[in-house]
Amino acid sequence: MTNYETFEYDVLVIGAGGAGLRAAIEASAAGVTVGLVCKSLLGKAHTVMAEGGMAAAMGNVDDRDNWKVHFADTMRGGQYVNNWRMAELHAKEAPDRVHELEAWGAVFDRTKDGKILQRNFGGHRYPRLAHVGDRTGLELIRTLQDHGIHQGINVHMEYTIVTLLKDGDRVVGAFGYDRERGRFRVFRTKAIVMATGGLGRAYKITTNSWEGTGDGVSLAYHAGAELMDMEFIQFHPTGMVWPPSVKGILVTEAVRGEGGVLRNKDGKRFMFDDIPDNYKSQTSDNPEEGWRYTQGDKNAKRPPELLTRDHVARCINREVKEGRGSPHGGVFLDIAWIKEKIPNAAEHIKKKLPSMYHQFIQLANLDITKEPMEIGPTTHYAMGGIRVDGETQMSSVPGLFAAGECAAGLHGANRLGGNSLSDLIVFGKRAGEFAAKFAKENDFAALDLTQVEAAEQEALEPFGRAAAAEGPYRVQYDLQDMMQSLVGIVRREDEMVRACDEVEKLKARAAKVVVHGHREYNPGWHTALDLKHLLTCAEAITRCSLDRKESRGGHFREDFPEKDAEAAKVNTVVWKAADGSMKLRREAITEMPAELKQVIEDMK
Amino acid sequence: MKTVTFRISRGDATGSKLVDYTTEVSEGMVVLDVVHKIQAEQANDMACRWNCKAGKCGSCSAEINGMPKLMCMTRLDQIPIDKPVTIEPMKAFPRLRDLVTDVSWNFRVKKKIKKFNPRPPDAPDGTWRMQQEDIDRVQEFRKCIECFLCQDVCHVLRDHDKHEEFIGPRYLVYTAALEMHPLDTEDRLPELKQAHGIGFCNITKCCTKVCPEHITITDNAIIPLKERVVDEFYDPLGWLWKLLRKKE
Ligand SMILES: Cc1cc2nc3c(=O)[nH]c(=O)nc-3n(C[C@H](O)[C@H](O)[C@H](O)COP(=O)(O)OP(=O)(O)OC[C@H]3O[C@@H](n4cnc5c(N)ncnc54)[C@H](O)[C@@H]3O)c2cc1C
Ligand code: SF4
Ligand code: SF4
Ligand code: FES
Repeated sequence: MTNYETFEYDVLVIGAGGAGLRAAIEASAAGVTVGLVCKSLLGKAHTVMAEGGMAAAMGNVDDRDNWKVHFADTMRGGQYVNNWRMAELHAKEAPDRVHELEAWGAVFDRTKDGKILQRNFGGHRYPRLAHVGDRTGLELIRTLQDHGIHQGINVHMEYTIVTLLKDGDRVVGAFGYDRERGRFRVFRTKAIVMATGGLGRAYKITTNSWEGTGDGVSLAYHAGAELMDMEFIQFHPTGMVWPPSVKGILVTEAVRGEGGVLRNKDGKRFMFDDIPDNYKSQTSDNPEEGWRYTQGDKNAKRPPELLTRDHVARCINREVKEGRGSPHGGVFLDIAWIKEKIPNAAEHIKKKLPSMYHQFIQLANLDITKEPMEIGPTTHYAMGGIRVDGETQMSSVPGLFAAGECAAGLHGANRLGGNSLSDLIVFGKRAGEFAAKFAKENDFAALDLTQVEAAEQEALEPFGRAAAAEGPYRVQYDLQDMMQSLVGIVRREDEMVRACDEVEKLKARAAKVVVHGHREYNPGWHTALDLKHLLTCAEAITRCSLDRKESRGGHFREDFPEKDAEAAKVNTVVWKAADGSMKLRREAITEMPAELKQVIEDMK
Repeated sequence: MKTVTFRISRGDATGSKLVDYTTEVSEGMVVLDVVHKIQAEQANDMACRWNCKAGKCGSCSAEINGMPKLMCMTRLDQIPIDKPVTIEPMKAFPRLRDLVTDVSWNFRVKKKIKKFNPRPPDAPDGTWRMQQEDIDRVQEFRKCIECFLCQDVCHVLRDHDKHEEFIGPRYLVYTAALEMHPLDTEDRLPELKQAHGIGFCNITKCCTKVCPEHITITDNAIIPLKERVVDEFYDPLGWLWKLLRKKE
């Protein structure tokens, strides 16, 4: 490896969000050498944006809560296509992981008796989300970062991995570049933890930052790993819709958790009109009871605004489509109304939702303590991703592990709010632990120089193309527009068939884009290289969505609007065949053990 | 549609020049939107950092008409756009390219500060008890998004280049968050006085003014730390300083 600077680590973690940091800390504590690479500066990953909180059944606010209720809630939310083993481990281990954060310096909001405070969130039966105002993600990432930098982890900031390197079946390295100079780098490793987060950038309206281009999902796929559940995309019901430049930015669910209500242009609380049967027993049918629930009344049932995200998003979509939307194509989210209920409402709102208050004042010139917000659905989260073993987080490729948003399984067809941050620390830890174990049991392998050279050549191609060719941004925008309109919240066979063709056309265009300038910190070049990942994800989402002929969770088919009992028994899996094409199969979900079935029964 | 001209500093460590880009803008746009639009339409290779576009990650720091700000939180209707808007990188750090600076010094400084070291748990289940009013102050400090705008504006770093002797306001806030954490047992005062150079700060409060998170850096973090240092070391000059301040 004479031409490339090469680093050697027992475990290489790709991604420094909550999942990657937690994995790196765990692997390093297990006594192996650890390298951590991330596209941005340390502490800036998407996790920093999480607002509402992390779910863990600690029972600090309502002592009826325990892992069984959390497990049942997660499975119900995911409409029972979740990996039940992951849902079980997650519910059982989340409280310990949260307490561990406190031991590492996190400062959560407190209950009156000095414990970690927990708040209500959609789909969680009891107040369960540990939080810090509405900046919980910042607290999580900073705590892990500040702890991690003293653990001997070697961090490579602003590095992007573009290919995984293999020896036979196994992953043995990774190839990438540093953004600063555009120099190529080779990582030699025994095990890799993929923790690259989401793929929201495949859509036009999204809460995701530029990093959310599905790199890890695509890198793993091209290295031979199976992907699962790619049809399940979460459209968050409340994103900003105005002004145009902020369209898609998240408005946290905590607004509704604190008593915010949804209204259409006629002032009607339309969520009362459509409460799904399996949630009827837990949902209030009158505003008064709903309000009491948000104020901590344990005997009250939750308001329909706090139903699962997929459902709320579709109701909003319906209001808008049927002409009852707000002026800029959304509906109204009103927290200001609580002044009818409590004194000092304005101060209360500012204290409970400080960053929402600032976000609207600064970006939309709107005071949420006085006026309702305008909101609409926005692409938020990928439930699907790399298919992993529930216990160890290893993918179908030996030595390749995955955790966090890029992994599939825990959330099934729909993720509950707050279950992602807890996912990151529970399965980040597990991935780190088992990657370290794998590294101890396996040696470094020789790297194949031809793979490295091929990757370098592919990465440099966009510079050599005809100067008049089209730039990468145009292709990216067209892809985002296409996915938004053809494979969005409401899906149909004919549109998705068209989307498959469009993906092929976009692939052909992406293969011809030109990049100007040089390799140093060149965003045009980076965008060109990300196109491959976005296109891989778009293709997988489309194919899986076409195959699931029913509606479930984040996947809604206008032509198959009901749930189908047969489809409930399978997950959709795709992989790359030897000829380079994408193959698909329906994988039967393994039977749940009797104890877990009983838990679900008991919680109904 | 209005048009604006952005005068953007382009270049690298070896040199730079201001380049004018004129583009159309619409209502509600922030400075970062305009930079992105120029990047997509006219200058594909123009470098800038950003992530969240909502003031949460602290990536998009720059100097807008000479004022250190987050580009994603500066609306066009808050700045004069009838004349060219100048966008430059932070000056206190070496430039890598265009609007991107080398902020790695900050990460090295943080590593030198002793980490959190809690007292033994309060409850048998390994958890602690803390009252909300005892953590309000620490939570204020922990709002920091590490945008480094305070470091950029502090004259000790910006004009006097004391990067080796002074950790800067961001890390004084960080130290304060650790020192005032109800569970922490570590003592960071000796190095605060010596290697971390708290004495260089002469309370100009420029850092507080630019902090996008509205952390009262000087009053709530730096001054109490200075007082602790003075109390611990019986520094005669410090005593005098404290006396004078009390009389104010
Ligand atoms: C606005 C917002 C609010 C949210 N609020 C909540 C909430 O309240 N509760 C909750 O549970 N969840 C919430 N979520 C979801 C949750 O924040 C994310 O799902 C979660 O943070 C993802 O974490 P991660 O560790 O998997 O990845 P990320 O935090 O996305 O990190 C990905 C990392 O991978 C790196 N990376 C990516 N590609 C490459 C590559 N090719 N080479 C090298 N590095 C790479 C990136 O640089 C980054 O460091 C929210 C999400 C958003 C957008
Ligand atoms: S108050 Fe102190 S730290 Fe802040 S800018 Fe002035 S000298 Fe620097
Ligand atoms: S203290 Fe304020 S200005 Fe300084 S880095 Fe933190 S958020 Fe930025
Ligand atoms: S982009 Fe995150 S603070 Fe501006």
